[in-house]
Amino acid sequence: MTPDSAAGTTASKGTIRVVQLYPREMNIYGDWGNALVLRQRLKWHGYTPELLEYDVGDEFPEGVDIILGGGGQDSGQLVIQDDLQSRAGLLKGMAEDGTPMLLICGMYQLFGRFFKTRSGPVIPGIGVLDVETHGTDERLIGNVKVTTPEFGEVLGYENHSGQTTLGPGVEPLGTVAKGTGNNSRDGQEGARYRNIVASYLHGSLLPKNPAIADFLIRTAVERKYGTFTPGEPDDRYAVLAREHAARRPR
Amino acid sequence: MFSLSVPLGKFVRRVSRLRGGGSALPGLVVEKIDPGFMQRTLSTLPHGVAVVSGTNGKTTTTKMVVELLESQGLKVFTNRTGSNFTRGVAAALLGDVDWRGRLDADIAVLELDEAHAVHFVNRVPPRYSLLLNVLRDQLDRFGEIDKTAQLLQHIASKTTGTVVLNREDPRVARIADTLHGPEVLYFGLDDSLLGTFPSDDELRAGPGSPVPAVPERPQADVVLRRVGADDADFEYDGVTVTTGMKLRGVYNIFNAAAALALARSICGSGAATADHSTLLKALSEVAPAFGRGESLTVDGLPLDLVLVKNPSGFRLGLKSFPSGGYATMIAINDNYADGRDMSWLWDVDFDSLRAEGVDQVTGSRAYDMALRLQYDEVQVGAVGTDIPASLADFIRKGKGQPKRVFCTYTAMLAIRRELSKITTVEVVS
Repeated sequence: MTPDSAAGTTASKGTIRVVQLYPREMNIYGDWGNALVLRQRLKWHGYTPELLEYDVGDEFPEGVDIILGGGGQDSGQLVIQDDLQSRAGLLKGMAEDGTPMLLICGMYQLFGRFFKTRSGPVIPGIGVLDVETHGTDERLIGNVKVTTPEFGEVLGYENHSGQTTLGPGVEPLGTVAKGTGNNSRDGQEGARYRNIVASYLHGSLLPKNPAIADFLIRTAVERKYGTFTPGEPDDRYAVLAREHAARRPR
Repeated sequence: MFSLSVPLGKFVRRVSRLRGGGSALPGLVVEKIDPGFMQRTLSTLPHGVAVVSGTNGKTTTTKMVVELLESQGLKVFTNRTGSNFTRGVAAALLGDVDWRGRLDADIAVLELDEAHAVHFVNRVPPRYSLLLNVLRDQLDRFGEIDKTAQLLQHIASKTTGTVVLNREDPRVARIADTLHGPEVLYFGLDDSLLGTFPSDDELRAGPGSPVPAVPERPQADVVLRRVGADDADFEYDGVTVTTGMKLRGVYNIFNAAAALALARSICGSGAATADHSTLLKALSEVAPAFGRGESLTVDGLPLDLVLVKNPSGFRLGLKSFPSGGYATMIAINDNYADGRDMSWLWDVDFDSLRAEGVDQVTGSRAYDMALRLQYDEVQVGAVGTDIPASLADFIRKGKGQPKRVFCTYTAMLAIRRELSKITTVEVVS
């Protein structure tokens, strides 16, 4: 684990602890960017970020305010599988309690009930989310645009062969306007449950979708300090990058 | 054996060149009417075929191997124009064979893209293969990095003579365990240099995290021991030698160890036996391949082009070419040849640019790049998606300063095209 706190020049409104789960095995297609965005936006909002990493066999940090999980290869999922199961109770408790979490691709799948691979074996999930995933021979790769009720238009990039179906216990993050999303059937993308945002979108997701980053931050701060007084991040380049991505054919 | 396909293919080649067309069409034509052409022609070579593959550094490494072998008096056929598809190889062959289809060469050294190499080796089993690395780019094509490793494994399994592997890339080194036929040789790094090549698996292994145990590494045929400002130390046959290097960038010089290992293997097992002083002299004179770490001259001052196409390459580029005293531009395109997915920019640490800032950001992904720099608190001068306009602005504002441009592949092509209007740029046919 690498504690990484940065003290600002002005008085901090408080400290927020962000933990990235399994950064070695589950960090592909720029998922680290999500951690960097939270760290920097927390500073811009006037809070002190503390960025921690949790790997297989580590002691789980105390007082965690936000959890991040990324994507990985099938081989990476196998490496973390047992350790993740040993933390199932803890993570489930935190989820039910309202801890904000961002779960991308591989970690989205493993926070569900199971991942039935194409070749047969079933990788058990930890059942935080009421979703199930089935491996397919088809790989879904490309830009995705999602219309969401909470965060407006969400832009990202997908690359997965597992297809996920939502159960009644979760809501979709949104409806796919371009790309595939959860599966090739129902036009839905991602899952929402309590303060969890789960999605197939890499990109990284948070840089071009600051509304989701600020949702995680606001929720974490309100849970810890009661109220959230935002700063004024300069989102000029985020807006331009979003406009440019939305206009482009791919 | 006389066949009409060769004269016809050569004719198509001549016509398509006159029309300024691409290099692959004549290859397509000859493949259609004479599917055995490539295999038949290459099978006549006394030293057979050597394939160079891997995600990064193929072009420069192939160039090095060719020049090393030529220094030993071998006649080498290669796919020099960088058209590294099977069809491109057939087209390049058409240019070099005589009208009867005979190729006057001792060996073919071919740069092959991982995916195309698989098709190629199924038809023409190589005598030698050199597998450089499995870095995390082009995931938009192959889906997973483990899949890329499987493609390289397939090339190795079809190799009849010697496979040369990167000892320091676990996915490449592991290929040795799957091989039964060919001889296996390694190229490697001194322990003191391992830290300059963080693997993709260690992207996030920061200070404080346990360092993954370095497994017992096999003996390497050639080891890069030290990299200096314009020289390097290599160890082979138990002796350490120092040689000057025109190539810049630690990754290029590591690939020089790879080229040495392959060239030594080819010369040692054939009629010729490597003459070490000429081999090292040739190595010291290798200039970077087209667009890879080239230094051009603009307004009497150097303008360096540093090709970046994945997180490891970009990190090494930033480390190898410190920003102090240079005006800096970053040009990021996301065309097919660049890779469409640019999420890897978030796995590059741009802290080293913070002190000097970045003067211009350009390319189709200019805004993504500017956003990335903003999150690393790097000041950005100007941002625009139009490369010619940004380049002109960069040159105008940066008068009196040496310049450096970090660029993806197609951005590099665009920049070279623009620069050729104001300076002399090496022309590759």
